Amino acid sequence: MSAPHAEQVTSALPHEPEKATLEGRNKVLAFWLFLGGEAVLFGTLFATFLALREQIADGPSANELFKLPIVAAATFILLVSSLTSVFAIQAMHRGNKKSLSLWLIVTVILGLGFLGLEIYEFVEYVTHEKFGMTTSAFSSAFYTLVGFHGAHVLFGVVWISLLIGQLAKKGLTVVTAPKVYVSAMYWHFIDVVWVFIFTVVYLLGKVG
Amino acid sequence: MDWLTTVDHKKIGILYLIAGALFFGIGGIEALLIRWQLIKPMNDFVSAQTFNELITMHGTTMIFLGVMPLIFALMNAVVPLQIGARDVAFPFLNSLGFWTFLFGGVLLNISWVMGGAPDAGWTAYTPLSSKLYSDTHGVDFYTVGLQIAGLGTLIGGINFLATIITMRAPGMSFMRMPMFTWTAFITSAIILFAFPAITVGLVLLSFDRILDANFFDVSEGGNPVLWQHIFWIFGHPEVYILILPAFGIISEVIPTFARKRLFGYSSMVFATILIAFLGFMVWAHHMFTTGMGPVANALFSISTMLIAVPTGIKIFNWLFTLWGGQIRFTAANLYASGFIPTFVMGGVTGVMLASAPADYQFHDTYFVVAHFHYVIVGGLVLGLFSGLHYWWPKMFGRVLDEKLGKIGFWFFIIGFHLTFFVQHFLGLMGMQRRIFTYLRGQGFDTLNLVSTIGALLMGVGVLVFLFNVIVTTRKPAGAPNDPWEDGRTLEWSIPSPPPEYNFKQIPLVRGLDAYWKEKMAGHTEMTPAEPVGSIHMPSASILPFVMSAGIFVAGLGFMYHQYVVLVLGLVITFACMAIRSLYDDHGWHIDPEETTEKGVKE
Ligand code: HEM
Ligand SMILES: [Cu+2]
Repeated sequence: MSAPHAEQVTSALPHEPEKATLEGRNKVLAFWLFLGGEAVLFGTLFATFLALREQIADGPSANELFKLPIVAAATFILLVSSLTSVFAIQAMHRGNKKSLSLWLIVTVILGLGFLGLEIYEFVEYVTHEKFGMTTSAFSSAFYTLVGFHGAHVLFGVVWISLLIGQLAKKGLTVVTAPKVYVSAMYWHFIDVVWVFIFTVVYLLGKVG
Repeated sequence: MDWLTTVDHKKIGILYLIAGALFFGIGGIEALLIRWQLIKPMNDFVSAQTFNELITMHGTTMIFLGVMPLIFALMNAVVPLQIGARDVAFPFLNSLGFWTFLFGGVLLNISWVMGGAPDAGWTAYTPLSSKLYSDTHGVDFYTVGLQIAGLGTLIGGINFLATIITMRAPGMSFMRMPMFTWTAFITSAIILFAFPAITVGLVLLSFDRILDANFFDVSEGGNPVLWQHIFWIFGHPEVYILILPAFGIISEVIPTFARKRLFGYSSMVFATILIAFLGFMVWAHHMFTTGMGPVANALFSISTMLIAVPTGIKIFNWLFTLWGGQIRFTAANLYASGFIPTFVMGGVTGVMLASAPADYQFHDTYFVVAHFHYVIVGGLVLGLFSGLHYWWPKMFGRVLDEKLGKIGFWFFIIGFHLTFFVQHFLGLMGMQRRIFTYLRGQGFDTLNLVSTIGALLMGVGVLVFLFNVIVTTRKPAGAPNDPWEDGRTLEWSIPSPPPEYNFKQIPLVRGLDAYWKEKMAGHTEMTPAEPVGSIHMPSASILPFVMSAGIFVAGLGFMYHQYVVLVLGLVITFACMAIRSLYDDHGWHIDPEETTEKGVKE
């Protein structure tokens, strides 16, 4: 009658292992809900940024500050990493643990690359442009929004790395599969948020 | 120790109850101190600074640490039983949510002994809450403490949403769910969409104060009204987070004691959803006087008044349920019936406040104080007392003493109306909100005295309830499954208190008011939906406690610029997360033979 629990499923891996158990389905559902909350969180941060983006006090403006090539590179890296995480999930659905781990590793490396660029960007602003958290309302809003996103990327990198370790230790099971699936959802989400940041913060800052 | 590691929703409910009651008591003492200061003109019982701290901590404590946890207490105790589940979807998270809430609340309250409590009002309006005007660590305790407590609330909300969506017993469709579960569901949804906004608000404010950011600092381009928008985008829905569960409780209590099914069940569901939706559209009615302009004021005015429609539907449904019922005025039902007129009065003044031009007159006077206490205390707190009397036997296996319950009720409700009714007139006569004292001869003296006497009576009412709890707890447990004899929903079909696993066999639900339906068909038990089998249980864990302690440590480190401490706290928390995810814990089983002996807890 009731759905099997994780510890009851011992036979071969089902087609969609992340949804094979009640725990797994609960996890995926709750994660969707969590992302709903995250959307409000970033929505509020975006609203704050939009309200304050022209309030540069006597600090530099967006137009003076931003260098699109580096941001475009970061965007490209992050978008590709979303793609590689899709490959990872496809590998999981094929039951191919090796290829799954491999794609996850690529995703993590790309995530690290993105973070590296972001840190480089921030350090440039602070040291060369005298643009820090306390410079203006615009700067506070900028660092908070973009920094929050960066912290999310960092969290994702650590999380997925731990998952790679788990896969090596325990293999691909109905317990690990939902975790991988959910982390991929998270990764797509922060990618989507970045697309908004690229548009609203950087492009609008250059042209608007 | 057992209590530190428990993941059983029933025990977590009791933990929420104890913690919520404790904070409710602290908030109540603060209220009495406020009223004592205002008992006569030119009083010097407390200083102006202390008074500011008292009102701020009173409002903050009551809302975030007093009544919300009490709501969570009932939700934990009742919702899984009402939907025929053995637990919530995520027992571990449930415990985590409780401990983060508790540690956040403790952090906020130790401000009293750590150099000054927050003093900028529970709304913490900038620039009052900026470093310039509030230079102790008080507001830092507010931002960090609420942040941590809010995290716990959010976790709880997501857990209940998932629980209600996926853990319902076979046959329990959404339109067969008991009203209390419905309101728990919608309240959790509001929590999910409202709390992230305050999370951001608190981040911005703490960045302004601790990292010298400029979100609200006009001289660097910041904007104080931005705080108000963010605060109220959260704050108004928060009001519905509070009141909807009370609606749910009333909708359970009244049919039980009127021996009739709830009138207009589906319109009740619809009204609940509509109220939640409209609740998100009206936040700026708190900001009519900030100069938003006539168009915005008009729109927010109208959208606010619209909420009266679904609320009115609810009121009439309760009245129609009572109409022609075989009513029994138990203590629970007294509170429920007292709720109806009291809440209507609060609602009416709400519509008055929603009229923008009139609000220019009411704004920041005692009229507002009277209004929101009519809805929060006259609505939610009466609802909570009703629910506590109603479900106490289910939670503890003992029926609260009816006589003491009724005495407590009369003290509370008379005290309540004495306290807050006169405040409408104080407000209309021009007494401002949050003033620490007033001059003689302004016509405020008598009414303030009356108000303080009322507050004392309410205090007596609460003490009577406490006394009742003590008396009841000393009696032997032995409440039957269905102590009110007219229980309608699934929780009454199992022992009081329920065994660890709630249902030996998951019940089959065949209609609204599932248990009543079986009773009417001449059965004494629910029909099972599964054979007797071994029951899977989650294991207890200390990790939620340690994780929350880590967040607490990190919060203190952040506040005092001790970044080593901050990192240490975060490391503790993240290490727990890693442990949790690296070591699978499949829980344990209760075998069918054991269920008979393990029937009753402890
Ligand atoms: C039990 C009896 C209570 C009494 C006697 C009482 C009394 C008061 C008083 C005198 C104030 C100060 C008003 C001012 O000067 O602005 C106040 C404020 C407030 N109270 Fe209560 N209160 C009670 C219960 C509650 C409860 C249960 C809640 C919430 C669930 C609550 C929420 C608030 C809030 C939000 C404020 C506004 C604080 C602020 O202005 O920052 N009160 N109360
Ligand atoms: Cu409101």
